[in-house]
Amino acid sequence: MLRSELVARLQEEMAPIKASEVEAAVDVVLDEIAVALAEGGRVELRGFGAFSVRKREARTGRNPRTGQTVKVEAKRVPFFKPGKELRLQVNGGEEP
Amino acid sequence: MAGKTITRADLVDAVARRANLQRADANRLLTRLLEMTQDALVAGDTVKLSRFGNFNVRAKRQRIGRNPKTGEEVPITPRRVVTFRPSQMLREFVEKGGRGRAKS
Repeated sequence: MLRSELVARLQEEMAPIKASEVEAAVDVVLDEIAVALAEGGRVELRGFGAFSVRKREARTGRNPRTGQTVKVEAKRVPFFKPGKELRLQVNGGEEP
Repeated sequence: MAGKTITRADLVDAVARRANLQRADANRLLTRLLEMTQDALVAGDTVKLSRFGNFNVRAKRQRIGRNPKTGEEVPITPRRVVTFRPSQMLREFVEKGGRGRAKS
């Protein structure tokens, strides 16, 4: 499912709310999550999962082609942990 | 880094305010957005949200785990897990602490 398909389905269901407003609302949801993570925060969506930021330590990497060592800076990466309901549902509703 | 936690209710408020929806409509929209995403994943479909990231379902084979308390070996049954791969845009946005405001 693509973002455009998700938006189209929501637009259909949310009528008579204007399609442009529904699309804007989807943008807001994703933007709010992005901003919260950029500020070092978390987003908890019960049942669905939680978005957070994980720190990756600096490390010495190696260019696999040349074998040259390169410094990889410490960084912060977005992380998603599926919630209990989502975890169960993708496994047919039961603990596998 | 503020490091605060935002919840569903906060997202509903933000949608109502920023997209000019009634709060009840914003709530219904967010609920359905999450349900549609979950349904697609349950069906084994990948959810690709451009500029944000992709949610995938991966099948894990059975492997041998160990009860950390007793040291006993226990099989970990095959299962499906949801993974999220953030877009390059989201990665950079988070890495830069939101500077440059790469809008989702």
